[in-house]
Amino acid sequence: MSINILLYKITLLVYLAATILFLVDVITRRVKLGTIARWILGGGFLLHCITLGARYFATGHVPVVNLHESLSFFAWAVIGIFFLFDFKYRLDILGAFSCPLALALMILGAATTAPTPTVNPALDSWWFPVHVALAFLGYAVFALSFVAAVMYLLQERMLKSKSFSGLYYRLPSLEILDNINYRCLTIGFPLMTMGIISGAVWANSAWGGYWRWDPKETWALITWFLYAALLHGRLTIGWRGRRAAIFAIIGFLCLMFTFFGVNMMLSDLHSFNALEGR
Amino acid sequence: MTNKQDQSFLGIIWDFFCSLKLAITTLILLALTSIIGTVVQQGKPAQEYIQEYGERVYRVFVALDFVDMYHSWWFLTLLNIFAVNLICCSIRRLPRILKLVKHPVLTPVEKHYRSFANRDEFTVPVAVDRAGDRLAAFMRKHFAAPVVTARDDRIHLFAQKMAWARFGVYVVHLSILIIFAGAIIGSVWGYKAYVNIAEGTSTDKVWPRDSQNPIAIGFEVRCDNFEVTYYPGTRRPKEFTSDLVVLEGGREVLKKTIEVNDPLSYRGLTFYQSSYGPAGEPVFKLTVTERSSGRKLKFEAQRGEHVALPDGSSFAISDYTDSYKSFGPAIQMHLNDKNEKHGNAFVVFQRFPEFDAQRGGAYSFAVDSFEQQYYTGLQVAKDPGVWVVWAGCFLLVAGCFSAFFLSHRRIWLTIEPAGDGSLIRVAGNAHRNQPAFEIFFEDFKSRLKEELTGRQTPESAPLPVVETNT
Repeated sequence: MSINILLYKITLLVYLAATILFLVDVITRRVKLGTIARWILGGGFLLHCITLGARYFATGHVPVVNLHESLSFFAWAVIGIFFLFDFKYRLDILGAFSCPLALALMILGAATTAPTPTVNPALDSWWFPVHVALAFLGYAVFALSFVAAVMYLLQERMLKSKSFSGLYYRLPSLEILDNINYRCLTIGFPLMTMGIISGAVWANSAWGGYWRWDPKETWALITWFLYAALLHGRLTIGWRGRRAAIFAIIGFLCLMFTFFGVNMMLSDLHSFNALEGR
Repeated sequence: MTNKQDQSFLGIIWDFFCSLKLAITTLILLALTSIIGTVVQQGKPAQEYIQEYGERVYRVFVALDFVDMYHSWWFLTLLNIFAVNLICCSIRRLPRILKLVKHPVLTPVEKHYRSFANRDEFTVPVAVDRAGDRLAAFMRKHFAAPVVTARDDRIHLFAQKMAWARFGVYVVHLSILIIFAGAIIGSVWGYKAYVNIAEGTSTDKVWPRDSQNPIAIGFEVRCDNFEVTYYPGTRRPKEFTSDLVVLEGGREVLKKTIEVNDPLSYRGLTFYQSSYGPAGEPVFKLTVTERSSGRKLKFEAQRGEHVALPDGSSFAISDYTDSYKSFGPAIQMHLNDKNEKHGNAFVVFQRFPEFDAQRGGAYSFAVDSFEQQYYTGLQVAKDPGVWVVWAGCFLLVAGCFSAFFLSHRRIWLTIEPAGDGSLIRVAGNAHRNQPAFEIFFEDFKSRLKEELTGRQTPESAPLPVVETNT
């Protein structure tokens, strides 16, 4: 087993520990555990940075080429963005929702470890890491908005049915959740815009056309249209709360289809097979 | 009468295209219809659709333009509605924003103050004039230079920061229109084509995707050399490059080695490395040793070619491979006697030049090298709109940042006489990021009070005294 894979597995275990602590914290309402969980998660994040670095030196390319690498990078971005928001909001519950998400991505990634992939010459460009980093950071921010939206709907249902589980007491107010949702949108949307543009610049230098309507491009654009609609609804018509939350969830599902679905169901240049030059 | 009806009809259309509901509906419709083109493959030959979906479905697809939906009349109509909507919305809103920025309320009344969430009022034992001077200086220092208006017995101060942030969203709208314009320029005055050039040859024509007639490009492109490197132990290409030369009237004007991601541009045309393949038969270089004399003879041969040997017999190469089991490149060949009668086939390995001597016979063979000629596959694009698109993209990103992260902040102050001192009203407003502004405003307010109520804070009090003494 190469060092980066070993590091990857250790990172996964650390994330698992943090996830368990966050969940216990939220369910049993032991706030101290949340602090410990944060420290452990911080350590895991640092380890993850080293893992990515080790992978870079082992393979010689920015490690986002195959499914394993991109899942790992996605999980890294989710945790990174969580810390960014945690800095401001300090919500254990956000950890209890984002950690399992990152953990799931890591487990998927562990199941798809492959030997060093060979890289299609088209990837030998500086636009490639820029494009992928922007795209995944956007994914991660929208993942957080998805988490906030799910919490919003959960809480709203509890309020309506007046059945309050233990979880209810740990959820932040509807207003804060809506606020997080909006913040994510205003950060994620520019990231996604830049992700699409950098992809276009790169495609233009590699294939002689900035837009070819390949399924991945098109799905990214579809998602962009949806988030643009949500932005206009929020900023000008005053959509809030429930409707905005549902929209954020649909947007994120589209985004996940852009990431996974297109590669698995539709064939195009973005599929990992094509990236690896098969 | 008819005139009035006309007006209202135009008015209805205008309102329709100005509506935000239309914007959101169009965005969602664009998203939903775009899905079709990701499920139905685009621009394939009819045969492929018929094979996959059957003849009848194919006819429906053609009728609805599903096989090339992103260029269909209905998708383009949707994009047009989107663009018109964008323009109308901006035209309707822009004057209001311009007015708000250029002609702010300079002499607000009490009602104006009451409309803000961030506001305060208090009295200070300072005369109106003095308070006005000090507050103007204070605002300049802690926020922005204020506009001072004295009316009746009141003094009004107004200052704003980053008013242009209000225009971020219009920059975004404009940038999308610019990108559209770039795309239209590209599709009207540009084309996409391809050309294959065998090593050592040149071309002055390229073949567009959708037509059989080549386009003359007005100059020549020659490929001097093509190289491909593989990942070790595989046939997966790691990199491939072509040495291209541009010729004008037979004279070399530009030379460049292109690779994937690094194209050659000349006179508005860009040549991208996109594929490659074998061009013609490989040429084998052989050394033949005449056993009787030990003389070594050099030959070049292609597959199937009969090459005469000094004694009147001949040889021919019948096959070759890159790797024969684990022994590397090898050729299969045979000898023909003087009567053109085929001898038995035998194998010669490039890596083992002495090996064939063991076969016996008048001649032994060794492969020095074999050269496969390649052709380089070039994607050729002419797109005069591409820089317009990039300009639009740049504006799009800049506009997004200013629209989401910069905020137009305004602060009003009114000073009016109250007893011996003055009554101060203050209000502030930001068009984005309210929580951050709230914190700023609280801080601004408390400093303001400090400024007017006699510098009670210990840090600020002694300082001026020291200054005047020295």
